Amino acid sequence: MSEKLTGFLVRHPWLVIFMTLIIVAVSGYGAKNISLNADYRAFFSHDNPHLQAFEDLQDQYNKVDNILIAIVPDDGQVFTPRILTLIENMSEESWLVPYSRRVDSMTNFQYTFSEEDDLIVAPLFEDAASLNPEEIEHKKAIALKDPVLAGNLIAFDGKAAGINLTINLPGIEQAKEVPEVVGYVRTMVAKYEKANPDVSFYLTGVTMTNAAFPEASKADMSTLYPVMILVILVLLFFSLKGMWGTLATFTVVIFSSAIAMGLFGWPGAAITPNVLSAPIMIMTLAIADCIHILMSYYQGIGRGLHKQKAMIESIRINFQPVLLTSVTTAIGFLTLNFSDSPPFHDLGNIVCIGVLAAFVLAVFFLPAIMMLLPSKKVSSAFSENTKMQKLSDFVIRFRTRLLVGMSGLIIVLLALVPLNDLNDNTIEYFDWSIKFRSDTEAIAEHLTGVMSVNYSLSAGGEMNVADPEYLNTVDAFAEFIRSQPEVRHVSSFSDVMKRLNKNMNADDEAYYRVPDNRELASQYMLLYELSLPYGLDITNQVNTDKSATRVVVQMDKITSNEVIALDHRAVQWLKDNAPDYMLTEGASTTMMFSHITARNISSMIGGVVAALFLISFIILIALKSVRLGLISLVPNLVPAGMGFGLWAIFDGQVGLSLSVVMGVTLGIVVDDTIHFLSKYNRAKRELNLSSQEAVEYAFKTVGVALSSTTLVLCAGFMVLTLSPFSMNAEMGLMSAITIGLALVVDFFFLPPLLLWLDKDKTNVQ
Amino acid sequence: MKKILTSALLVAMAVSSWAQTPEEKGLEIAIEGDKRSEGYGDSKVKLKMVLIDKKGRQSSRDMRVKGLEGKGGEGDKSLMIFDTPKDQKGVAMLTFTHKVKSDDQWLFLPALKRVKKISSRNKSGPFVGSEFAFEDISSQEVEKYTYKYLRDETVNGMDCFVVENIPTDKYSGYTKQVVWIDKAEYRAVKIEYYDRKKSLLKTLVSQDYKQYLGKYWRPSLMVMTNHQTGKSTRLVYEDYAFNVGLKEKAFTKNSLKRAR
Repeated sequence: MSEKLTGFLVRHPWLVIFMTLIIVAVSGYGAKNISLNADYRAFFSHDNPHLQAFEDLQDQYNKVDNILIAIVPDDGQVFTPRILTLIENMSEESWLVPYSRRVDSMTNFQYTFSEEDDLIVAPLFEDAASLNPEEIEHKKAIALKDPVLAGNLIAFDGKAAGINLTINLPGIEQAKEVPEVVGYVRTMVAKYEKANPDVSFYLTGVTMTNAAFPEASKADMSTLYPVMILVILVLLFFSLKGMWGTLATFTVVIFSSAIAMGLFGWPGAAITPNVLSAPIMIMTLAIADCIHILMSYYQGIGRGLHKQKAMIESIRINFQPVLLTSVTTAIGFLTLNFSDSPPFHDLGNIVCIGVLAAFVLAVFFLPAIMMLLPSKKVSSAFSENTKMQKLSDFVIRFRTRLLVGMSGLIIVLLALVPLNDLNDNTIEYFDWSIKFRSDTEAIAEHLTGVMSVNYSLSAGGEMNVADPEYLNTVDAFAEFIRSQPEVRHVSSFSDVMKRLNKNMNADDEAYYRVPDNRELASQYMLLYELSLPYGLDITNQVNTDKSATRVVVQMDKITSNEVIALDHRAVQWLKDNAPDYMLTEGASTTMMFSHITARNISSMIGGVVAALFLISFIILIALKSVRLGLISLVPNLVPAGMGFGLWAIFDGQVGLSLSVVMGVTLGIVVDDTIHFLSKYNRAKRELNLSSQEAVEYAFKTVGVALSSTTLVLCAGFMVLTLSPFSMNAEMGLMSAITIGLALVVDFFFLPPLLLWLDKDKTNVQ
Repeated sequence: MKKILTSALLVAMAVSSWAQTPEEKGLEIAIEGDKRSEGYGDSKVKLKMVLIDKKGRQSSRDMRVKGLEGKGGEGDKSLMIFDTPKDQKGVAMLTFTHKVKSDDQWLFLPALKRVKKISSRNKSGPFVGSEFAFEDISSQEVEKYTYKYLRDETVNGMDCFVVENIPTDKYSGYTKQVVWIDKAEYRAVKIEYYDRKKSLLKTLVSQDYKQYLGKYWRPSLMVMTNHQTGKSTRLVYEDYAFNVGLKEKAFTKNSLKRAR
C-alpha cells in the first residue's frame, strides 16, 4: 500500500473513523435479520439422498416429528391407579398441544379383543382410577406382553411409561413453531411435575432435538462470547503491554465480527449453532493482523520515530504479509462451501467476509485510531529475541535427530488417522448441560431406544398389504430386526394383523399369525380401521393406497457405523428373503446423520485440494521459488494429519464439524509457513546467507511473532471448547491442536527439512 | 321432538322476531334445512371415493349407498355396500342413526361370512382411510349439534348464512364446525372442521348440487381437504334415485348378508 495513502489516513483520523463507523453501522444492522434455526434438516443439502428418502417416507405416511414424554415414578410403580390416571390425563391433554396430530400412550392404546363374537376395540386403560387391583394386574400383563407397547410406551420392566406425541408443523416459520410446541409441552409437564414430586418426567424426540439447536445457540452466546471478550482483552494486554493498543485492537476485532455477521444477515438468514463459532474465529484471526501491525508500530516508536512516521513504516512492512495471510485464510474458509452441509457454507462465508473486513480495518482504521490514542514509551520486550536465538541454535545443532525423530512422529500419527471412526449422533451434539441430552439419556436408560430407522416395505401394488405372503415376509423381517442386539423395539403392521386374526377367532392363541387368506386379511383390516377412534388411525403404519407398510425400529444409542452396519444387515435380509419390490433402505434422521460425515468428507476433499493448489501457487509466486513452494506443502498438510492422528488416540470419533477442520485450518496454518519461508528466502536471496544462517535469520525475525500469534489463535479456538454444542467444541479443539502442531512443525521440522533439501545449492554459493 | 322445536321456534319468532339471539337464529336455520330434506322416503346412489395423498397419488374405491328415512322419532338408516377394491367386494355396513345416543353400526364381512358390530365411538376416526370421518357423511340430525348464527357471507355468488355447529356427542372428533348454508335452498356448500386444539383441520366443499323429485338437493361432488396433512378425498355421487321402494326389512342385521 502506498505510503501516501497511509499518510492521508494518519493525518485525517477523524474522517476515517467516521467513515468506518458508518460502514460498520450500515452493514452491522443486517445482523438483526438473523434468526436461530430450529430444524435439523438445515444440516442437509436439498439433494441429499438420505434426506429425500426420509421426506418421501414422511409424505407417504404421517409425519414422524415427535415429542416423547417419559414418566418414571421414583418407586418404579407405574401400575397404580394414581400413575395410570396421570398417564391417562396427560395423554388426553396432549391432544391440545399445538400442531399435535396424534397421541399414543399405554392408556389410549387401542386394545382389541373378542367378546360374544364381536371385535371390541377400546382403550387399554380407561377411567383408571375406578379399576380394581385384579383388573390392573390383568391389563399390566397385557401391556408388558404387547409387541406395540412393551419396550416402547411401557418399559420392559414396567417401571417407566411414555406418551408419544406426533407433531406436524406447518413449517411456515419453524423457528417460531418449535418453541411454541415445546413451550406448551414443558408447561404441561411442569404442572404434573408439581403435583407429583415423586415422579420424574423426561422429554425427547425429533421436535425436542429441533428445539435444542436454538437453545444451544443461546447457551453459546451467553457463555462463549463473554469468555471470548475476556480472553481477547487478556491476550492483547499481554502481547501489546498497554491499554490503548488493546482498546484499538478490540474495536477492530468487534467491528470485523459485526460487519461479517451483519453483511451475512442482510438478506435474512436462519443460523444453526455451529455458525455462532464464526464471530469467535473472526475475532481470533483479526487479533493476529493487529498484533503484527502494532508490534512494528511500537518498535518504531521505541526507535524514537514520530507516531505518524512509525505507523506509515509499520504498514509498509506489514501490508503484503498481512494481505497474503488474510487471502490464504479466506481461501481456506471458502473451501467450506464444498461441504455437503449448508450451515458450513454459512460459517465459511461469514469468516471469509470477517477476515477480509479485519484486513481492511487493520490497515485503514487501526492506523487512524492509533493516532488519536496516546502513544507510550515501549519496553525493549518487542525487540527481545534471545530465546529465539537459543531455539534456532537447538534446531540447527540437532537437525538430523529432529528430522528423523519428527519424520517418525509424523508417520506414526498419520498411520493412526484411519483408526478414527466417523460418528454423528444428534444426541451427543449436545453436552450434558443441555437438558435435551440428559433427558434423552435417561429415556434410553429407563424406557426405550432413542434412535430410530424406518423401513417402508412396498407390497407391489394397491391394496396389496393384505396379501398373506407379503404380511408373512414383513413379519419375518420384523422378527429378524427384533433379534438384533442393538434393537430395543420394532413396530410392524404384521403384529396388528396377527392380533386381529386371533381376536376374530375367539382370541384363540393358535390364530396369533397372519391370516392365510387375502380377502380375510383385507376385511379384518377394514373392520379394524372402522373401529379406531379419532387420531388413532393406521395411516402412520400403512400408506394411502395400501401398497406399503412401515416398520419402525428403535435402537439403543449406537454409533453411526453401527447404525449403517445394522441397516446393511437389514437390507441384506431383504435381498435374501423378500421379493425385489420390497427392497428398501432405512430412512430416518438417525440414518441421515449417520451418513452425513462420510458424504461431507468426500465433498470437502475436492475443495481442500483446490484450495491447496491455489495456496501453493500463491506461495510459489510470493516466494518466486518452485522448490520452496513444493517444500511448503509439507508444513501445510502435515499438521492436520498429525492432529487427526492424535485425535484417534484420545477420542477417535470424527463428526461433521471435524470433517471441515482441514478447510478451517489450512489457510491459517499456511500463514506460519509463509512468514517463515519468506524470511528464509529473503535472507538467502537478498542477504546472500547460507541455508543455516537463513534459518537463524527466520527464527530471529518471525519467531516471536509466530509464537505469539499461535498462542492467540490457540487461545481463541480453545474458547470454542466451552461450547455445549459438540460441533463447536470439537472444531475449536481440533483447530487449536492443528494450529499448535503447525508451529511445532514450522519450528522443528521445516528448518531441518530446508537444511536437508536446500543444501547443495547453498553450499555452492 | 322436531315438531316441538319447530313450534316453539315459531312462537318465539312471532313474539319477538326482532330480538332473536344468534343461537336461536342458528337453530332456526338448521331446522329449516332439515325440514327441506324431509319426506324423501328412501334413496339409492352410487359413490366413488378417491383418496389423494400429499404428493397427488390417488387410490379409489366404489360403493353403493341405500338410505331409508327415519319415521317418527327415529333417525335415518343406511346401508353401504362396497364394490371395490376386489378384496373387500360385498362388504356391507348398516348404520342406524340416532338423534341423541351414539349410532349403531354393523359390518358384514363376506370372507368371514359373519356380521360384526362396530364400536360406537368409531365415528370420529377416518372412514376407510379417507379424510372423511363417518360423522361427516352420516345423516345430519338437528339434535347432534348446538347452533350459533355468525354472519352472512357470499360463497361462489351464493348468499349464505354462516353458522357455527358444536357437536353434542363427546366422542366427536371436533370442537366445532363452521357451516356455510345458502339462503335460497338451505344447502351446506362449505363446512370447516376444527379439531380438539380448536385449530382448522379440514374443509369440505360440496358442489354441483342437483335437484331430485323437484325438491331434494344433493351434491354430485364433495371434496374434503385436510389442511394439516395435505391429503384430500373426493366423493363423487352418481345415479341418485329416490322413492325406489326400499323396505324396512332390507335394513336389518340379518339382511346384511344378502345385501347386493
